[in-house]
Amino acid sequence: MSRIEVREDRCKGCLLCTTVCPVDIIVQSDRFNVSGYKVVEVPEELKAKCTGCASCAMICPDIAITVYKTPRKKGGK
Amino acid sequence: MTEMQEKLVFSRPESVIDRPTHYCPGCHHGIAHRLVGELLDEMNLAENSLLVASIGCSVFLYNYLDVDAVEAPHGRAPAVATGVKRARPDNFVFTYQGDGDLASIGMAEIMHAANRGEKICVVFVNNTVYGMTGGQMAPTTLIGQKTTTTPAGRCITHEGAPIRMAEIIASLGGVAYAARGSLDSVKNISAAKKHLRKAFDCQLNATGFGFVELLSGCPTNWKMTPVQANERLQNEMIPYFPLGVFKDISEEGGIC
Amino acid sequence: MSKQPERIFIKGNEAIARGALAARCKCFFGYPITPQNDIPEFMSSEIIKAGGDFVQAESEVAAANMLLGAGAAGIRAMTSSSSPGMSLKQEAISYMAGSEIPAVIVNMNRGGPGLGDIGPAQGDYYQSTRGGGHGDYRHFTFGPGTVQEAYDLTIRAFDIAFEHRTPVLILGDAILGQMKEPITPWVPEGVDDEAGRDWAITGRTNARETAREKRLIKSLFLGEGELAGQNRHLQAKYDAWTDMAECEQFETEDAELIICAYGSIGRIAKSTVRAFRKQGKKVGLFRPITLYPFPSADLKKLAQAGKRFLTIEHNLGQMVDDVRLAIRTVADSDFFPIYPGNLPTPDELEAPILACLEGK
Repeated sequence: MSRIEVREDRCKGCLLCTTVCPVDIIVQSDRFNVSGYKVVEVPEELKAKCTGCASCAMICPDIAITVYKTPRKKGGK
Repeated sequence: MTEMQEKLVFSRPESVIDRPTHYCPGCHHGIAHRLVGELLDEMNLAENSLLVASIGCSVFLYNYLDVDAVEAPHGRAPAVATGVKRARPDNFVFTYQGDGDLASIGMAEIMHAANRGEKICVVFVNNTVYGMTGGQMAPTTLIGQKTTTTPAGRCITHEGAPIRMAEIIASLGGVAYAARGSLDSVKNISAAKKHLRKAFDCQLNATGFGFVELLSGCPTNWKMTPVQANERLQNEMIPYFPLGVFKDISEEGGIC
Repeated sequence: MSKQPERIFIKGNEAIARGALAARCKCFFGYPITPQNDIPEFMSSEIIKAGGDFVQAESEVAAANMLLGAGAAGIRAMTSSSSPGMSLKQEAISYMAGSEIPAVIVNMNRGGPGLGDIGPAQGDYYQSTRGGGHGDYRHFTFGPGTVQEAYDLTIRAFDIAFEHRTPVLILGDAILGQMKEPITPWVPEGVDDEAGRDWAITGRTNARETAREKRLIKSLFLGEGELAGQNRHLQAKYDAWTDMAECEQFETEDAELIICAYGSIGRIAKSTVRAFRKQGKKVGLFRPITLYPFPSADLKKLAQAGKRFLTIEHNLGQMVDDVRLAIRTVADSDFFPIYPGNLPTPDELEAPILACLEGK
């Protein structure tokens, strides 16, 4: 399973990442960080859909997103 | 088992210092900083680089990139970079300037540094306003665009037309590479990085002056959300400021 | 076996250029303006031969900012100009003072204000000694009076610039720049080409160093108390220069009247003083060599010895303020202006000196 880590203290809640995710799994959370920005998250039930494409990280102006990719096994489920 | 196969595919480049930036939410400067930082890492340039910072929102770039830096007066970064490069020709020298700095007060310095073919690179961030001073009209402000000094919108008969810098720079003799990219989408960000790499290569190969314009959003001074600002960039800026490479002599062996 | 030292017959402008090369100046950034054109013209070929680099900039603004860049990179560099061009250089000079960048700047003073003329004048004294740009700063300023002195002081200017991390100004005028005199050139020993190694931007790693922390050269101080600290630091540096003030005193010991004059006018006044001495009149000359720091202490000693003073300048009265400040508790100075556009002869200075001497 690929995944992203959002560094919440760096997220400024600009939501640009939400516009580029090809599987639409990034959303604004209900949490505010110490700077008062409402940070993004991937809800638990959507996490499995992450492809590790790194589009969100590419457009994040604050380098708040780290991406880990797990290659799919051939023929795997 | 799957955990062991996990690969880190995207993280902060080493050349970008791990600290929060002062930029507003959705400001594209952070993306431009990161692209520069990635290239400094990938091209192994960080320890040899000398940054000439300019005046505007990006003045604090020197707090974010892990390279030696000097602060230039408003608009003068290409002249300062000329002095730095002539003094230390073996170092990699680049400026990072906004559109108020480069295309207005610094027009003479950018034109002549480019025309002399100084072996430097210029990263030019165009967001159509003076950002740090609060959103006044810039030379790149679009016709009809409202700013704090064009409250009724920029009027071509009164304020003239927005300046297309990449095309102007491309017309000058000493220029090896001039291109315009945009930071609005993943595809364009990837293309912008390729432009920057080419411009950096032109200095490393002593081919000539390298110039990359990056169209960027300024949600705060455009009075838009970051997502709206991105849409404006795509719908209004790119049609006026076309993306692409306007000059590339890197394959021709350069200018004598 | 002693070999006669080489003597060359050159203009003041060329002496400054040759002095800079002797001091191992590596970059020159020029822009044409009369009466200093000999300097960039000479440098355009000679500094290249010496392994350095020359740029004819697009403006004085750009030339001064190129100087800022080369100085920040820790390299001995120089620019030269004349009055209208100096106004344009002030932006970069203020930044260099604020960010403590060493540099040597030459002003061959011409008549002003505005476009003025291309003849000699001393109207830039205030600009040269008060920090000619924005903000509260000073820079070291030399006022050479002869072609030899122009050569010598140019060499010293580079040492002071690097030792104190400051712009240093050499303030001449159209007379000094265009006048030819025989001089004895010399080459200083032990010049350190990498004198900026501990602070200059060189890249975090270079051939001489292993990787280190990044360096930043700037004049922006936004943090709480930072700018006050920087100004305090600069002021302490300027205060410490007081002891470095220099002057020439000629026939001052028994003089009743001291003529205070600098640069070319100091030199012309010296001839007048000689003429008076032949007549048995007790006139002396006090010629500041450093205009900032001003040699106030030496002047005050003369005032305490009961001397009277007459300041003569090629302007409407600028250095006379410094003379009066130096002697203010014990004496005063009269003033005689030479207007720009005129070239005074030693004879022309006789009348005002005589009037002063006779108490008129």
